[in-house]
Amino acid sequence: MASLAASFGRGAMTNHWRDFRNSDAFLVIGANPAENHPCGWKWAFVARDERGAKIIHVDPRFTRTSATADSYLAIRAGTDVAFFGGLINYILENELYHEDYVRLHTNAGFVVADDFEFTDGLFSGYDDEARTYDTTTWDYAHESGDAEPTDEEDTPGSDAEKPADPPDPGFAVVDETLQDPRCVFQLLKQHYARYTAEMVERVCGIPQDKFREMAATFGATGTADKVGNVVYAVGLTHHTGGLQIIRAAGIVQLLLGNVGRPGGGVNAERGHANIQGNTDNAISWEILPGYLAIPRPGMETMADYLDKVPAKQLRPTSINYFGTNYAKFLVSTLKALYGDAATPDNDYAYSFVPKPAGNSSWLTIHNEAREGRLEGIIYSGFTGVTVGPDSNRMAESIGKLKWLAILDPYQTTGSEFWRAPGIDPSAVQTEVLFLPATDWISKDGAFTNSGRWAQWKHKALPAEGESRDDNWILAQLMLRLQALYRDEGGAFPDPVLAVTMAYADPGNPSAAEIAKEINGKDLATGLQLSTFADLKDDGTTSTGNWIYCGSFTEAGNQMDRRGTDDPTGMGYFHNWAWSWPANRRVLYNRASADADGRPWDTSRAGIRWNGTRWVGDVPDFPATSTPEEAMGAFIMTGEGVGRLFAPANLTADGPFPEHYEQTESPIANAFSAVDKHPVAFHYDGVDATFASVGDPDYPYVATTYRVTEHEHFVTQHVPYLVESMPDFFVELPVELAAEKGIRNGGRVRVRSKRGEVEGVAVVTKRMRPLRVGDDKIVYQIGIPVHWHYESGTGEQKDSASMANLLTPYIGDANVRTPEYKGFLVNVESA
Amino acid sequence: MSTELGLNVRRKSATPSSGTNIRRDGLEVSKIVDIDLCIGCKACEVACKEWNDLAVDETFNFGSYQSHEDLTPATWDLMRFNEVDLPNGDLAWLIRKDSCLHCDEPGCLLACPAPGAIVQYENGIVDFDQSKCIGCQYCISGCPFDIPRFDSETKKVYKCTMCVDRVANSLEPACVKSCPTGAIKYGSRHDMITYGEEKVAKLQERGFANATLYNPSGVGGVHMMYVVPRGEMLGEYGLPGDPDVRGNTSLLGLLRNLRGIGAIATWAGLIGVGLYWLRTGRKFPPPENIAVADAIALGHETEPPAPAPDAPSAGPRDEGDET
Repeated sequence: MASLAASFGRGAMTNHWRDFRNSDAFLVIGANPAENHPCGWKWAFVARDERGAKIIHVDPRFTRTSATADSYLAIRAGTDVAFFGGLINYILENELYHEDYVRLHTNAGFVVADDFEFTDGLFSGYDDEARTYDTTTWDYAHESGDAEPTDEEDTPGSDAEKPADPPDPGFAVVDETLQDPRCVFQLLKQHYARYTAEMVERVCGIPQDKFREMAATFGATGTADKVGNVVYAVGLTHHTGGLQIIRAAGIVQLLLGNVGRPGGGVNAERGHANIQGNTDNAISWEILPGYLAIPRPGMETMADYLDKVPAKQLRPTSINYFGTNYAKFLVSTLKALYGDAATPDNDYAYSFVPKPAGNSSWLTIHNEAREGRLEGIIYSGFTGVTVGPDSNRMAESIGKLKWLAILDPYQTTGSEFWRAPGIDPSAVQTEVLFLPATDWISKDGAFTNSGRWAQWKHKALPAEGESRDDNWILAQLMLRLQALYRDEGGAFPDPVLAVTMAYADPGNPSAAEIAKEINGKDLATGLQLSTFADLKDDGTTSTGNWIYCGSFTEAGNQMDRRGTDDPTGMGYFHNWAWSWPANRRVLYNRASADADGRPWDTSRAGIRWNGTRWVGDVPDFPATSTPEEAMGAFIMTGEGVGRLFAPANLTADGPFPEHYEQTESPIANAFSAVDKHPVAFHYDGVDATFASVGDPDYPYVATTYRVTEHEHFVTQHVPYLVESMPDFFVELPVELAAEKGIRNGGRVRVRSKRGEVEGVAVVTKRMRPLRVGDDKIVYQIGIPVHWHYESGTGEQKDSASMANLLTPYIGDANVRTPEYKGFLVNVESA
Repeated sequence: MSTELGLNVRRKSATPSSGTNIRRDGLEVSKIVDIDLCIGCKACEVACKEWNDLAVDETFNFGSYQSHEDLTPATWDLMRFNEVDLPNGDLAWLIRKDSCLHCDEPGCLLACPAPGAIVQYENGIVDFDQSKCIGCQYCISGCPFDIPRFDSETKKVYKCTMCVDRVANSLEPACVKSCPTGAIKYGSRHDMITYGEEKVAKLQERGFANATLYNPSGVGGVHMMYVVPRGEMLGEYGLPGDPDVRGNTSLLGLLRNLRGIGAIATWAGLIGVGLYWLRTGRKFPPPENIAVADAIALGHETEPPAPAPDAPSAGPRDEGDET
């Protein structure tokens, strides 16, 4: 999600499921929507039936998506940047890009500062010792800044604004002709010139002719009358370079002019029903609700924070909506959190917000436990042992805790780790507290789907046994904590005591009350707000999450609406549920129109200028801002446009995506001398658990995944679903099975440097050997994640059925999402 | 006119008087499985088991995504998977929902000696009534698609009912309801044929030159049709190219398929069938489906009172009852 924000300004799927009907071509990569998102994926089939859309599937495994696609390309796991780089190069070389769009809606013309460099796999500012980048050189040239302006600016209004508003470095320099050798467009060409079809074949294992055929098909959507759709899921995310892979997808779509348009976009398919809602509401440690950055040490006052965090306006034509309104969102959030304790005099209790110095991803949290620096963890709908990575290490880590609390409807590998097969319970000192929580079907609430539609659902069944709502459990915990601090004092009790619990029953808030709190209200009138445009920075409004402002208004719960009218015929269904932000269905939809406000394709209008205002979808743009004002479509960025080049601080690992090999790889990096991701964080001691490049003991590439019959681990409790996909299995190529004497339906053992699993061998032509490098054959193995020692019955209670026993304990350089895809193993008949 | 579940009955097994004399109008229903839209998710398979309250089979992975190696008395709908190399070097993963096709001229019903154990409704659904089933398994022999399954515990035969209990209440079958991509459609037979023909034309435009609507005439057409993109691979999908009712009711077929039943019943049944064929088979010229023509003729020649125990074709049932 962070990657989409780096490209476009918001961390979310740009379009929505129903909109797939409007696409001419689908590039599905690192995703298996037919199996994992079947209900949404049907709209791709509708697009194929209705408009002859082409479906291209790129994946290490031939899946049920491949079976129903028009073409399939087998790719070596973890080489997606090389793939997209090749596609970018093909689009540029063959001039397939949508030129008018690129000029109008991307930062192609922005001139990059002179001291930015890229040399043999590394960007400027690399610190070899610390394995980090100083990103200050990854910047634009500024009009009053360091680089010589190459083009005299003559934008109306810019002069007037410069003295008042000019960000200290000044506006960015732009060459509208795209000819300046230091402009983003030229640097992009230069960077990806190395990514030839020949290199794609060497690195990804995709034959050149097949690659060119694919590139021509998808590249053909770089016109005004065609729209292409990149669909991805965790197959792109689960890598040390995951963020950059998705950035690369964003670059392709910006070049082809496919972002902001109906039928287009970079569409992240989220895993669980409510993963998007989780992210929106700050399940990630580095954000507050609504993607406000968590303060860092040194940002002692709100003024400091507001000086350093919000994006600066980089062009006179940039609306910079997020950057400009950051203070309103932050103050209103603090008012929701701390109520009357947040006053103008105390900086609205800004000092109560934690300012973590270190990383607090789940890899780090468990590493802290392992190092003995953590007393306890609360798992809510999470189980580290099966989720991994490196399940053995995870189990070892939680075994060092004093206590582990589990909020779950079922016993999990987390709650039962102390009595897992092979573990001596008397040797485990961790106290495990199991708090049975209600299942999704036994409580009200909203699911926010991949397309940002928050859809309210109603409790359908009574809670089972002694299970209680999570709301009840968490509220009770908070009240007890507050009572302890009130009665016994303690260091700095204020942030805990000040937390508002303004519910009818503070010990048991209803989902509707919480939804209303998230929406926010006018504190003077007590009325629910209907839009985040009404949020203020003077402490008179509150919101639990500014992007959800409008979801529960005085008119009622907008997420519970079920209107089925679709007056535009575009599938927006604005009266069905509610989508953030502001119920708009396609993000950045100003980019669906040209400079004059005319849709690129009138048969598929996103929004259009009708002479007085923008109409169609809810405009992602000031509704009455005329085309003549020429304000930028990407209102959440300081640039006002989409980013082909992501400047300083947006990523930790580079303005342009660059290919590195996986942490464990069968071959060395063919693009540069930098084999592995240069800034991925290595926890103490993990290097010894990684296989080396081309390690003869671990010659095969493995990747993990989910199948349609199961939902992670919970459906192991549903007999009919266990029946439909009963056993832990391993998919492996026919050729490898023959070499190793492994029989289809027999047993196979898979070992990585970290652990081993054993399951049924599914020997299949669908796992295709790849030819990479200098004629090296690479075999890939597929391992589903759904099985563990608490699953199924009988023989299924087996520790050796957990895929994540094999995976490496390392994550993405930016967000530390583990590298579950593409690691090295060996196999043998069991 | 005979009705059950509020549905008009067209004919019943071993019951010459069954059926009605009303004009066959356009009330026939049908499912159609558009294989182009099918993702093999098994939602239909699970929905079938849930709606019909079927027991969980203890399955094991036998080296496939397929849940069961075959249909069972408690699994009436099975997604079958087959990996096939294409001439151009690409791979096809053929996935087909296997369940009763509800033949318009049902071989199972025509072979069944037990009066009323198999019912064909006017809407085209072919249903088994286990309370009247004698467990002889002739229906298994009679089915050109190898659908019915004998339960050795209950000594009855089971198969998809097309959720006749739902259909009778104006609901679509459970598999249709659960299909996330709309690959299984349900409606009037006419509409489903129209859908199928239009989809086949689209597939041919998309390059599937042999795309076809699977609605074989050898069984009088079916009430669960398939849109098959790779029509040249019917065999690889597990679909007989030219199914025929008579071919499957042959003596050899019966011998091959008779399982788990006493020898006396077996031979008694065979004799009964022999008598049946002697009596009725010779009346007819040799059209493609003799038994079919027979049953239709019987239905039209007689009034529809309740079947008498001594009705001519009830012989096999009597002998079966003795076991």
